[in-house]
Amino acid sequence: MRGLRLGLRRGWITWRAVNTTREGLFQTIVWNLAPLIVLILLRDETIDAVGVSLTASMLPGMMAILVVFGVMGIAYYLANEREDGTLLRAKATPGGMRAYVVGLVVVAALDVAAGLVIVAVPGMFLLSGVAVASVALWLGLLGYLALGLLACLSVGLLIGSVVANPRTIAGVGMLATTGLAVVSGLFFPVQVLWGWVQVLVQLFPMYWLGLGLRSVFLPAEAAALEVGGTWRTLEGLLVLGGWAAVGLLLGPVLLRRMARRESGSKVEARRAEALQRA
Amino acid sequence: MGVGMEVVSESVASAVRTRAAVRTRGLRMSYGEQEVLRGLDLEIGHGEVVALLGPNGAGKSTTIEILEGFRTSSGGDVEVLGVDPVRGDEDWRADLGIVLQSWRDHAKWRVAELLGHLGEYYAPYSEPGRPRPVAVAELLDQVGLREQARHRVGALSGGQRRRLDVAIGLIGRPRLLFLDEPTAGLDPHARQEFHELLHRLADVDGVTILITTHDLAEAEKLADRILILDGGVIVAAGSAAALSREVAGRTEVRWCADGERSVHAAEDDAAVVAFVRGLLTAPGPAVTELEVRRSSLEDTYLAMVRHREGEPVSEPSTQRLREAPSSRSEGER
Repeated sequence: MRGLRLGLRRGWITWRAVNTTREGLFQTIVWNLAPLIVLILLRDETIDAVGVSLTASMLPGMMAILVVFGVMGIAYYLANEREDGTLLRAKATPGGMRAYVVGLVVVAALDVAAGLVIVAVPGMFLLSGVAVASVALWLGLLGYLALGLLACLSVGLLIGSVVANPRTIAGVGMLATTGLAVVSGLFFPVQVLWGWVQVLVQLFPMYWLGLGLRSVFLPAEAAALEVGGTWRTLEGLLVLGGWAAVGLLLGPVLLRRMARRESGSKVEARRAEALQRA
Repeated sequence: MGVGMEVVSESVASAVRTRAAVRTRGLRMSYGEQEVLRGLDLEIGHGEVVALLGPNGAGKSTTIEILEGFRTSSGGDVEVLGVDPVRGDEDWRADLGIVLQSWRDHAKWRVAELLGHLGEYYAPYSEPGRPRPVAVAELLDQVGLREQARHRVGALSGGQRRRLDVAIGLIGRPRLLFLDEPTAGLDPHARQEFHELLHRLADVDGVTILITTHDLAEAEKLADRILILDGGVIVAAGSAAALSREVAGRTEVRWCADGERSVHAAEDDAAVVAFVRGLLTAPGPAVTELEVRRSSLEDTYLAMVRHREGEPVSEPSTQRLREAPSSRSEGER
């Protein structure tokens, strides 16, 4: 309970500290304004076959991407904070590791929330064909976002604890995430891709998060555009739930393993390495 | 000198009575083939300020990391505050303060914010007569960072950052404080300020302090007792004064007679006096430039360091950049 409270506080202070620096704030706003502008520019297009506005069908995809990138941020924070000694500090403080993990999740959640507030909420009101007055829509939205966040968290933790170098994560990790986002059917149906790609993307949470969000936003007829012509709600919940469970079970183990190897000279050695690179 | 000895024997006695704060027996550590610690025995009493002194690569950092519970030794017994660090739980950890060489975490947080937050973790360990955490304002005054309370941590100078690290080490009112090379990379002025800070701490709180350094002058200035670590074992231990007598027993007599320079080494004071008397009263050319010089602890230590530096450094990459100015680390992010 205490760890939870300290972690919430820690996450909030960290997020606030980053977003009150000029670069931090700039990044948060610019990264999120870009998709909003795309939505606004495309607001009058429709998909003729099912009579759904194009932007309404893109909005869920953008939300899914926000969640995924927010959580990739976890991997980045983790690798970075291992290098600068934050993780070791947490280890040196009684109850510090638990609060640290909670704090990481909170920071990721706040990053995602900021993105949603900047992109999705204005998007929902700006665009035609979104039933903003529907309670079911908001409940479904929050439910899928929370579940998606937990599911993607697993992937973020996994990457962050295995890949030690924050620059690798910023480069390769972001590239891989973007690649996965492109083929995950967020902006065009996966059916146009090869069969093995379709199978592959359905192993990851991103596809199912996008599908789930579309099922919330779009009219029932739009399901015709999906694989099998249905929303496959149950399968989606199972996959997302499965990933979330993996994260909750495996995350602490991975982090503990990673933290156990931390010591002053490890941090010092990485610092020396970083200095040589600079 | 006499006073120094009394302090030492007193604290040794109290350590025996109440069980030492730190005790190792036959502590060993090897990285692959390399043996860094070869049976280290040390004992630190409660309230003592002890410096672990040794050249780079002597195994100081390895020792302190084992004591902190961040490394598992290859063999031997370790007890820190009555617990084997490997099995130390969060309650045990709450009694330790740890100041590392190169922390540069939480760069974007503000100074008082960070101290306040880290202090909260210790609140459950508060007890009557020992309130925890220490009040942030009090601590900031103590380390001289009151003006910087609202500054971002990343904007502090190297010396200020190090003092913040000490403040963090103290926020939980620890019984035992570890300082690993706390003045490496500081300029002489910052180093001086840091020494004064440590003096105040040791006086006020009665906290047990273990400090590692490769600087003899620093060890002499700060510690009640110095342990000299070399080749993975403690080669000498005692107060600076006692060490001077023990390690540096040799005295040299240098003089010039008839344009010819001579040196004579004597083992003890009586021999020196007898020799000099003989020299001056003996018939022959007049003695000029007479000099009697006791080889200092410094001479001995420097000889040790020189012998060490001829060998490959046996600790992992740790030691390489020890002298790099810490303020630079912020620049590369």
